[in-house]
Order: sequence, then structure tokens, then C-alpha cells
Amino acid sequence: MEDPYVTLGLKRDASQDDIRAAYRKLAKQHHPDLNPGNAAAEAKFKTVAAANELLSDPDKRARFDRGELDAAGQERPSGPSYREQAESTAGQRYSRAGPQSQAWNEADFSDLFGSMFNQGRRPNNGPRPGEDQRYTLTAAFLDAVNGATRRLTLPDGRTLDVKIPAGTAQGQVLRLRGQGGNGVAGGPGGDALIEIDIASHRFFERRGNDISFVLPVTLAEAALGGSVQVPTPAGPVMMRIPSHSDSGNELRLRGRGVPKHGGAAAGDLHATLRVMVGPSDPALEAFLKTWKPAQPFNPRAEMEESS
Amino acid sequence: MITIDVLVSQTEGLNRADVELWVRNDWVKPEAVGNVLSFGEIDVARVILIHELRDDLEVNDAALPIVLSLIDQLYDLRRHVRQLGEVIQEAVPSDLRAEVLQELAARNR
Repeated sequence: MEDPYVTLGLKRDASQDDIRAAYRKLAKQHHPDLNPGNAAAEAKFKTVAAANELLSDPDKRARFDRGELDAAGQERPSGPSYREQAESTAGQRYSRAGPQSQAWNEADFSDLFGSMFNQGRRPNNGPRPGEDQRYTLTAAFLDAVNGATRRLTLPDGRTLDVKIPAGTAQGQVLRLRGQGGNGVAGGPGGDALIEIDIASHRFFERRGNDISFVLPVTLAEAALGGSVQVPTPAGPVMMRIPSHSDSGNELRLRGRGVPKHGGAAAGDLHATLRVMVGPSDPALEAFLKTWKPAQPFNPRAEMEESS
Repeated sequence: MITIDVLVSQTEGLNRADVELWVRNDWVKPEAVGNVLSFGEIDVARVILIHELRDDLEVNDAALPIVLSLIDQLYDLRRHVRQLGEVIQEAVPSDLRAEVLQELAARNR
């Protein structure tokens, strides 16, 4: 028999409260009436209860600690197990449907087993539509934004050309009529339901119909302004960076996000600037060493105020 | 079948007033013969279960009926499934049973 301290996960100097708490924790987990049919839980509960029986009694615990009492033979003679009673016909007394209820009725069948037992009542020879079948298709980020046609190979070897409309949202389900299970006896085919899972993009991020990304710019582009080529979902365009731009400034390209689709207007593209100093440059460093700013400023002023 | 006196005396830490309250709440349903409550084996087991739920598993009086209701539903379901299993055992040919088991095993993988 295992050491009762080990069973309860306790050190030998545990207080009586520790013992009670450890026992309760394990009992909640392993109580056999809450784990019907789980023999491991039942066995575990027995050793836990025996350990508690021994250690919760300070007198027995002291004798065990002195080596006068063996860990074995402490198992409580178990009373009638509720589980055994409840699973026998006697358990009907506490049935939610009442002790007099029929053990089985049709509602139970259909509730537990769906239509399995109702089939007999349906004319089996009449035409019936096929079942809907569900699939998932992972779409590239730009395919979901701009729209695309992608081929999906089904588990049964068939292929479906799925037209992903522009502006498709994450989790959107496309329905292909008649592409699901075959109909029975001339009934129409079921539908194929295709859930679109959109893969993430290297730098674009989507919020509804707007798209944002971080646009790296050089020190000179930020300070002096200029035209730079920027990516958009529809291809690169030129964008003007205003002079005196800074890291974190957001520039907006109206209508360059998700194109207009259905009733929705085109979204915007947001470029957040990030100034990159770039590789070491002796001329720049020499200039900065002698440079006296006309308007000295402290970029951390706000941090200092709030701290 | 035992009386409430015997039940209380043979179960350590069990309080008579508590058992009476549980009966009034319909958590335990002993048979009433005249004025005397008579506890069958399942009623005794259920009293001990409630006692353990409350004292060892710290289920309070507010949560007890919910826990009991869920336990009752669990055992209802287990009785039903067990009966279904017995019927299948008797009525369904063994090769078909094997096929069903195989199908179930494949699904649970």
C-alpha cells in the first residue's frame, strides 16, 4: 500500500487543514459516482479515502508517524454504492422523467440517435434530396481581397472550381448548389458548403474592408518628403510622403483597400510609416556630431511627464 | 428497508434534520408507510452520496439540486444505453455487431 502522504501529495509536516484540502481536491476529481464506468477513478478514490481516513484522525496519524500503524487495512467498509443502485432498474426511482415513466419512448430514441429509428416511417422509395457536405478551403490573403477561382479536391477525388468573391471575409461559407451528396431516386443533389479560411499575409493586415501595413522609409524620405512606390492589393502605386513625416504617422490611400463588392464601398489602405536609419554612414554620423538642432526636442517628454 | 433512526445511527456524521430536509426537497424519495419513512438500498446510497457531496466535495445547498439533476440525467442515460446494448446483444447478429463496433472505432480515431 502506498504511503498515505504520497497518495494525498503532502509533506509529512502537513497540517490537518492541508490534509482536508488535499483530500477534498482529489475526491472531487475521482468520486466514483461522478465517474461512472471509470474503474481507474474508483480505485484511485479508494486509496485517497483510505489515506484520508488514516491521516485525518490525529491519533491514528500520530501512531502511523511513529510506525505503530500500518498504512494497509485502513479502507472504509464501503456502504452501498449509489452508482450500482442507480444503474440497476432500482435507479428508475430517481429518473428525471419520474419513477412511473416508460423506460423508453420514441422521443428518447430520436433525441439520442437522431433519425436512425424514424427511417421506417418515411417512404424509402420516393425521391429525396442529397445531403449537404461541408468543406474548408484555405484562401490566400489577396485571393480573398480581390476574388479568385480556386480548385478544391474533394475526399472522393472529385474537383470543384470554387469562385471566391472579392471581399470574402474570414469564416464566410460559400454554397455550391447541387455539388453535395447525390440525391436519392431522382431527388436533387445536396449542396457543398465551403468555409473560407483566409491565410495571413506577409505585411498586409485586414480590418473589415480596410487594409493596413507598415511602410518603411529612409531618414531622407521622412525628413524631406518624396514619392515612393508602395504595394496595394491591386498592385504597386506611387505615393507622396509629405516632408517632416515621422515614424508612426499614418498615410491613407482612399479606396485602395478591399475593392467594392456587393453593397460595400471600397475600403482604404493605411500605411504606417517606420523611419529606418539604415547601415552605418560616416558622413551622416559626422554631420550629426556637429549638428546643433534649431529646435532641440525630447522625444521622451511624454513618458517623463506621466511617470 | 430501514427507518430514518437506523440510517442516522449507522452513518457517521449524518444529521437527522438534514435527511428530513432532503426528503422534503425530494432529493431523496423513501417510501412512506403511514407516518414512517422507509429507506431502501438505493435511498440509503443516495443519502450517503448527498452527504459526501456536501461534506467532502463542498457542494453547497444551492448547487446540490443542480448536481443531483445532472447525476440523475447521467444515470438515466447510462441505463438507457445499457438497455440498448442488451437488446443489440440479443437481437443483432454478431457479424453486424462487429461491423458497427469497427465503424465506431474508426470514427473515434
